[in-house]
Amino acid sequence: MKIYVCIKHVPDSGATITVEAGCRINENVTYLINPYDEHAVTEAVKLKAAHPGGEVVAVCLGPAAADETLRSAMAMGADRAVLIVSGHACDSIVAARALAAAIDADGRPDLILAGRESIDSEGMQTHFRLAENLGVPIASNVVKLDVTGGSAVVACEREAGTVDVIRMTLPCAAAVGKGINTPRYPTFPDIVKARKKEVKKIALDALSLESPRGKMRLRHLAPAVEERQPKEISGSAAEVARQIVEILKNEAKII
Amino acid sequence: MIMANIGLFIECRGGRVKETCLGLAAAAIGQGRELFAILIDAPAGDARSVLAAHGIGHIINVVTPLHPGTWNPAVWTDAVLAAMADNGIDTLLGITSPLGRELLPRIAARLDAPLVMDCMQIDLEDHSAKTSQYSGKVMATIALEGRVRVYGIRSNVIPPRPQQVEARIIDFQWDGEVKSDLVVLESRRGDPNEQNLSEADVIISGGRGMKDGENFKLLFDCASSLGAAVGASRVAVDNGWVPYAMQVGQTGVKVNPKVYIACGISGSVQHFAGMKTSRMIIAINSDENAAILSNCDYFTIGDLFEILPELAKALSEAS
Repeated sequence: MKIYVCIKHVPDSGATITVEAGCRINENVTYLINPYDEHAVTEAVKLKAAHPGGEVVAVCLGPAAADETLRSAMAMGADRAVLIVSGHACDSIVAARALAAAIDADGRPDLILAGRESIDSEGMQTHFRLAENLGVPIASNVVKLDVTGGSAVVACEREAGTVDVIRMTLPCAAAVGKGINTPRYPTFPDIVKARKKEVKKIALDALSLESPRGKMRLRHLAPAVEERQPKEISGSAAEVARQIVEILKNEAKII
Repeated sequence: MIMANIGLFIECRGGRVKETCLGLAAAAIGQGRELFAILIDAPAGDARSVLAAHGIGHIINVVTPLHPGTWNPAVWTDAVLAAMADNGIDTLLGITSPLGRELLPRIAARLDAPLVMDCMQIDLEDHSAKTSQYSGKVMATIALEGRVRVYGIRSNVIPPRPQQVEARIIDFQWDGEVKSDLVVLESRRGDPNEQNLSEADVIISGGRGMKDGENFKLLFDCASSLGAAVGASRVAVDNGWVPYAMQVGQTGVKVNPKVYIACGISGSVQHFAGMKTSRMIIAINSDENAAILSNCDYFTIGDLFEILPELAKALSEAS
């Protein structure tokens, strides 16, 4: 089974994000693998172990520095990686086209895995567009995945208590949620081994992508403003409770 | 140029239109364009009066060949696309609800159309939207360029605004091909009366300070008188106290309630990424250095095991 895992190189969620010139962020912060994608890699490696003879290929669209992030994916068990190098940020429409073209050029996937969203642009859509470009079915927010014969059966969590069980024929795509597994963190020998694995680099321009019918153009970025002025509620537990009820009634008007 | 119509993807729960979906009409009205509600395998007739009372003049009653009570995201996508084409809709608005997260990107992908999810603000004249990025640290303004545009709006951001019009129902029977490459074998529905986190008006959440899963009962007790949903921080989920579906935050559910009550939650950047747009944040914490105390509207420093039972009592008396 050939499994492609889409990886995004994103700023650490704890990093301080500074906006420059109203249109980009200062990239001089720690970058790492998108947290949901760690679950996707882990699941791919588990599947490969259950279906011997397969291969796990990590694919990423990003700057040359994303090589490091792909090394993390390989330390977690991906066999090799493909990096589509782009000097500028792309919208989800172009990103999905690029990932689809790189996968197409590399081999014939049985399964394409991704995280259900990225924590930087939070667009929630690239995996759907990727599946559309590849002409395969997709399920999102997958929390359980089984592959048997020519199909995949997945459990998708919509909201608390609501789960859909979906069967897709292979090849198919699945965007995983956090509930699917606990990421397998690499050991030191894994990290050393990942240094020697192959990262195939392709320039975005070399993929000669078909021009899209639509575009999301980033017009402006601004730091989010925090304007809350905390007020303290004090007194005994009963007094505090009474004051909270008053606030909910008179100010929030929800009672 | 003739301005095309605006489609509003309307969701129902328990046979009623979800309140948050009526905000879609408020966001779209005043453009001099006709509003078309799109309801799929739903009681469109029953929804007519409430939709007409919010300025929606056309209701597309989309019916698929799926067995009643079931759904299929690929079939629903095809059916909505056909209904849009049939009614000259070039702008589609939906809520970034669990269903919206599933359908809106599929629709946009099929059309190769721009889509912005979780919009905090939209401008249909300018074809732009504001959405938060980087864990809510940055607000991005994005222009949607293309022939068709799709907007997913964060729940509860735009309040409904009543405006009475006459509404007609357009029956639309979708009879396209149901493909076999994606089949929904089973849908296990949650309790329809249980509040959905991403759309809840009021949320009460617990974190490390709850100490174990049993103690979440204290939160459910308060929630039942408030009609609130119960959430949790990542710590509470990682410790196995409550299921992942209850996690609020960057790698959980993003919420936008009128009131968010955080109990024993320190308020990490990642937690704030999921709840910072709450209209009011009330924090109950025993640690006077907890980050959340400097980024909320009201806080109390105290023992939640003493305060929560009192709060449950006071709430049940008040409601």
